[in-house]
Amino acid sequence: MSTANHTGGFHHAHHFDSAEHQYESSKQGIWLFLVTEILMFGGLFVGYSIYHSLYPQVFHAGSKQLSVVLGALNTVVLLFSSFTMALGINYVQRGLKNKAIIALAVTIACAAIFMVVKFFEYTHKFHVGTVPGKYAYTEELSASGEKVTKVGALLAEASKLSVAEREHKLHLDETEYEHLTLLEKTKNWPLFFGFYFVMSGIHGLHVLAGAFLIFWVLLKVIKNQVGPEYYTPVEGVGLFWHVVDLIWIYLFPLLYLVG
Amino acid sequence: MAHEQHNYLNHQKGIWSWLTTLDHKRIGIMYFVAIMSFFFLGGVFALLVRAELFTPGKTLFSADVYNRMMTYHGAIMVFMVIVPGIPAIFGNFVLPIMIGAKDVAFPRLNLMSWYMLMIGAAITGSTLFLENVDTGWTFYTPYSSIKTGLGVIPMVLGVFIIGFSSILTGLNFIVTTHKLRAPGMTMNRIPLMVWALYSTAILQVLATPVLAITLLLLIAEKTLGVGIFDPQLGGDPVLFQHFFWFYSHPAVYIMILPAMGVISELVATYSRKVIFGYTAIAYSSLAIAGVSFLVWGHHMFVSGQSEFAGVLFSFITMLVGVPTAIKLFNWIATMYKGSIRLDAPMLFAIGFMFLFTIGGLTGVYLASTGMDVHFHDTYFVVAHFHYVMVGGTLMALMGALIYWFPKVTGKIYSDLAGRISWVFIFTGFNVTFFPQFILGNMGMPRRYYDYLPTFTELNQMSTFGSWLIGTGFLVGLYGVFYALLKGKEAGNNPFGGKTLEWTTTSPPPHENFEKTPVLTGGPYEYR
Repeated sequence: MSTANHTGGFHHAHHFDSAEHQYESSKQGIWLFLVTEILMFGGLFVGYSIYHSLYPQVFHAGSKQLSVVLGALNTVVLLFSSFTMALGINYVQRGLKNKAIIALAVTIACAAIFMVVKFFEYTHKFHVGTVPGKYAYTEELSASGEKVTKVGALLAEASKLSVAEREHKLHLDETEYEHLTLLEKTKNWPLFFGFYFVMSGIHGLHVLAGAFLIFWVLLKVIKNQVGPEYYTPVEGVGLFWHVVDLIWIYLFPLLYLVG
Repeated sequence: MAHEQHNYLNHQKGIWSWLTTLDHKRIGIMYFVAIMSFFFLGGVFALLVRAELFTPGKTLFSADVYNRMMTYHGAIMVFMVIVPGIPAIFGNFVLPIMIGAKDVAFPRLNLMSWYMLMIGAAITGSTLFLENVDTGWTFYTPYSSIKTGLGVIPMVLGVFIIGFSSILTGLNFIVTTHKLRAPGMTMNRIPLMVWALYSTAILQVLATPVLAITLLLLIAEKTLGVGIFDPQLGGDPVLFQHFFWFYSHPAVYIMILPAMGVISELVATYSRKVIFGYTAIAYSSLAIAGVSFLVWGHHMFVSGQSEFAGVLFSFITMLVGVPTAIKLFNWIATMYKGSIRLDAPMLFAIGFMFLFTIGGLTGVYLASTGMDVHFHDTYFVVAHFHYVMVGGTLMALMGALIYWFPKVTGKIYSDLAGRISWVFIFTGFNVTFFPQFILGNMGMPRRYYDYLPTFTELNQMSTFGSWLIGTGFLVGLYGVFYALLKGKEAGNNPFGGKTLEWTTTSPPPHENFEKTPVLTGGPYEYR
């Protein structure tokens, strides 16, 4: 590009005095962008706290239905991936190319594991009918004239079966059956899953975006476009990844552990 | 001309070099072309809305068509014209030059912001041919989420993308102001236009993400039916208003702060005097930005929020008047005993002060909870915010256009065309919107398609005024083409400005300055 100055292998754009100057500016820009990300999620957290204070029982019953084991697994996976990301940046800074490639690849793998776990969590929720808002309701009306939820329909079916048959036919174990019964007794429970799917969904999109960005810097490492003298993109993507991780650290207790 | 001067306009040639340019000056011009096209479209919708209201009942269109035109007028003008207007066009062009930088900090991001505005505008605009979009620019729930058609989704998605454009521009300006100032250009020496743009950028970065999540939630509501805004599913439609105004009230200052920056420049240059109270004007911009986050509740005095919240929001809202008045009094103090030249830009600056003061004072009426109950959702509100936004931002936009036109193009904008344009816009504006204060006080509700026969005369006056405004802007547009084709050569500093952009050539070279300037004093050293 005509806008680049080549000095000693590394180039900085024409409107900066030095590589250092450009690095400082880029870093400020990335931090500002991360502020906007946190503010965007902030809106969701505000909505969450308002409804949590209005309907604590909804959030109690809803969180019981989420799998703490899978949530905790994902938390560990993301924490570990933050660690490997930090290692990756460190290796790039020290010029250890092969180690950097491994660290970044592991980070991407962690993102993939996270998404796979999320996939199983989501499909199970579709299966039992714990979905948001209007999709949680069936067309039917109960004897008392209220709308029947999909969970209600499933429970009605399950109540006719023995415990073993539930496990076999409906893939419902006894604890889950109890949790769903508790849920069904709570008015407006689909609101919880509105928050669950919106918050974890937008976070999931960020995980995907992060994985693509890490892949992008991984290619840069392979092509020797980043190294000890220039690692701004790696560090920027790393900061983004840490924020994605950080948001999950808030989402996990708020959604899974409030009960 | 002895030889062809080398500048940013002839640095590279061809349409492709414009569409891929990383030069902030060219991007500013691209914004100008785009935003002025949107402005034309929004203006046509405004004229049609006013034409429909010429008589009670049906004049030209059905109520359905009227609702849609009103929605597009609002959405286009707010999201595509007044919010990006001055920062994207003039901010892009003059901010780096004013602080002695070669470009903004992130030129690629700058170009990307322009494309995002284009993509967002295309998606929003496409709804013109899709399902009815008749929510008004505020997209209030539950009407938008439950009642009306699915066209709201692409409309809102477009606005979401435009919001990204706004965030990225703001981010770029903040880093540019922090990191790229020329040697000697301390924060207390940057021109007031830059202070205004900097405060605006902070608002853009801090407020717009909340709009983003609000619009995402509305989309989620519409597609997944999550129920956060739906009372039938346990949600609360008023929450949307809280979220929406948490962005959109600061957005009012995103619209007006850059205008105030322009006025500071114009007043100093055309009064030939050191600006009075530089620090006060500079920090009052930050004060307005700060207070703007705490006042959203005044949009919701009649929404059933607690009396305590009403009183609190009423008080904080009136607080905004303090830094605003600080600016106004400092401009007047600058003009006092100055050698004032009433050139077209100065006329627009004075028009700004006049109209904005009326807009600001009627804002105090609306900030008083008791009076707001009377005026709420009447034409009084319509008149108030048009005085603030149109009388403020568009006056400043015209002033900025004529003032910086020579720097951008190298040609002088005809002062006569500017003055004629001003006379039409200024009188037309008052003829249009002053009757609306009276209409509002008489009880005519806003947004309505029909009205009582009692209101006919004042509405006809208002519609007549809208034609005058339209004529005024057409004269302004004619002035642009006339200046481009037949304008006189400008020279480097036709108006005797003292800020850095007047020290470089007109039009500036590709890298803004032949040699990086070194500052030894403040920006307005007249006498």
